[in-house]
Amino acid sequence: MKQVLIIVAGLLLPAIGWSAGGGHTYPDDKIEIDWNDKASMQRGARTFVNYCLSCHAAAYSRFNRVGHDLGISDEMVRDNLIFTTDVNGDKTKVGALMKTTMTPQYAEQAFGIVPPDLALVARSRGVNWLYNYLRGFYVDDSREGLGVNNGVFANVGMPHVLAELQGLQVPKYETMVDSHGNEQEIIAGFELLKAGSMTKSEYDQTIYDLVAFLDYLAEPYKQTRKNVGTGVIIFLFVFLILAYLLKKEYWKDVH
Amino acid sequence: MSEKQTGTGFMGWIDARFPLTKMYEEHLSKYYAPKNFNFWYFFGSLALLVLVIQIVTGIFLTMHYKPDGEMAFASVEYIMRDVDWGWLIRYLHSTGASAFFIVVYLHMFRALIYGSYQKPRELIWIFGMFIFLALMAEGFMGYLLPWGQMSYWGAQVIISLFGAIPVVGDELTLWIRGDFVISDATLNRFFALHVIAVPLVLLMLVVMHIIALHEVGSNNPDGVEIKKNKDENGIPLDGIPFHPYYTVKDIVGTVVFLILFSVVVFFMPEMGGYFLEHANFVPANQFKTPEHIAPVWYFTPFYAILRAIPDKLMGVIAMFAAIGVLFFMPWIDRGKVRSIRYRSGAFRLLIVILVVSFIGLGYLGALPATETRTMFARLFSVGYFGFFVGLWWISKNENTRPVPERVQ
Repeated sequence: MKQVLIIVAGLLLPAIGWSAGGGHTYPDDKIEIDWNDKASMQRGARTFVNYCLSCHAAAYSRFNRVGHDLGISDEMVRDNLIFTTDVNGDKTKVGALMKTTMTPQYAEQAFGIVPPDLALVARSRGVNWLYNYLRGFYVDDSREGLGVNNGVFANVGMPHVLAELQGLQVPKYETMVDSHGNEQEIIAGFELLKAGSMTKSEYDQTIYDLVAFLDYLAEPYKQTRKNVGTGVIIFLFVFLILAYLLKKEYWKDVH
Repeated sequence: MSEKQTGTGFMGWIDARFPLTKMYEEHLSKYYAPKNFNFWYFFGSLALLVLVIQIVTGIFLTMHYKPDGEMAFASVEYIMRDVDWGWLIRYLHSTGASAFFIVVYLHMFRALIYGSYQKPRELIWIFGMFIFLALMAEGFMGYLLPWGQMSYWGAQVIISLFGAIPVVGDELTLWIRGDFVISDATLNRFFALHVIAVPLVLLMLVVMHIIALHEVGSNNPDGVEIKKNKDENGIPLDGIPFHPYYTVKDIVGTVVFLILFSVVVFFMPEMGGYFLEHANFVPANQFKTPEHIAPVWYFTPFYAILRAIPDKLMGVIAMFAAIGVLFFMPWIDRGKVRSIRYRSGAFRLLIVILVVSFIGLGYLGALPATETRTMFARLFSVGYFGFFVGLWWISKNENTRPVPERVQ
């Protein structure tokens, strides 16, 4: 059997080189989310409710769950994270789902598309994509009404809502020859056209915080999952020792 | 009859009315299994374990899930966030689905290398193949229920395959979906089939599979019939009672399996997008086709065969033939020697070809098709079917080694 497995592994090796190469996107940075940094996630939550939640919903998540998980009291959630009212005109309850007040019909008129719910976006897109996308807006006058385009998500329907923080940037192009020998203009960097209220590193940190919050929002129980898992696996290893000794004891008389 | 009444006390009372002791002895304490089971023999009991995991977690999911086009996706997230331990139940179920196929594929592979489908175990193999079919139906319908983009479009692609059947194709797809597109009607019927119809069939088939197995007795890595050598009491010399010997051994296998299973459930439930696809975290949208539609990994080998063939109808036929041909294994293999240990080099080579082709197809089926990949998919498809043709060819006059009288 061993020979068979070795041959199989050998024959499959060339397959590794096949992984698909996607189109070029810029920026293309990678981040690691630190789940112990609750302060970062709290800042991300603030950015989220101020800049995202009016158009995007996070309708699978509840305000007080976010508060509870990130160490924010119901009081503070009510005062700092909730800006909407419910159907009766009362302030939205802390136990409510994080919905938007915009109707889908209105959204479609305004953006041509209903802005997607963001509760799971970190799982469908991944944190790196989000981090790059939110830093990838650049000035593009050909885009009527929006004035911006995106280096990660070309021709996206979303306006650059964080422009007041980041400022406006223009792309620097470079010519690249792709694998088929065709020349391609690709974005290789950005140049600041008009400064925003933040420096580049402050803005990057803000986006990191926001993405950390979105990562939390996509799987709020992620930390619990890992903690429980560690305990379960330790238990199983102890069980394994006992089960193995039991088996050995019984099988002593099998020859 | 007189024997039955010899028991006294509570068990005696039961046994006079229901063959409890008799069943316990027939299937556990006096079911003699060969003593030389190896690693490959864990997967039968593990399949049973995963079946139980799926049924139990499934029951709890059903308590909170809403089979409704408007509510299904949100109800899954409700389970993940608001139901106590809901995330655990759901991950156990989603990981269990993939684990089921891993275990069953290994279980089937065991049967192939040790000739466990050969006479007199043809029916065990055929019942097993029906279990495999039911399992694929179960997995396919279950995957629609989260109502994500990949649920929706994956089902769309697979159901549209039936449209390739001449004359009745379009009517048939309409009948399956219950609508012109996949919709609430489809979701509802898939839910009914997934939680009631197919599990009932599965359970019945599993019982038949085990009864057939216990009737003829287990094969073993040497492919020797242990019933040929019995002691004066009629007990096979190389047999040991399933309980306690294999129950305690299977507990070890079970714990090792559960450790690996837990690593996935608790630390990588998406398994890099193979067990839970990234696009499935976006709600189903019938107006927006995802860039790349891939079935879940356990269907990709067959999907790759489908795509490898340029003609749609021929592709569908080839895909179903790839599964159907397995049913005929007991007759395709004309050899008398069961185990790979005593079979020819040609047989070993065929097994390697089958494994490489199957894994290669599975890998390719998960990726978007390109020219090179399609070429490889064709090569592997030939390899896959070549296994069966080759086996039929070589097994008539196979150059086998002498098989020992007793297990080694």
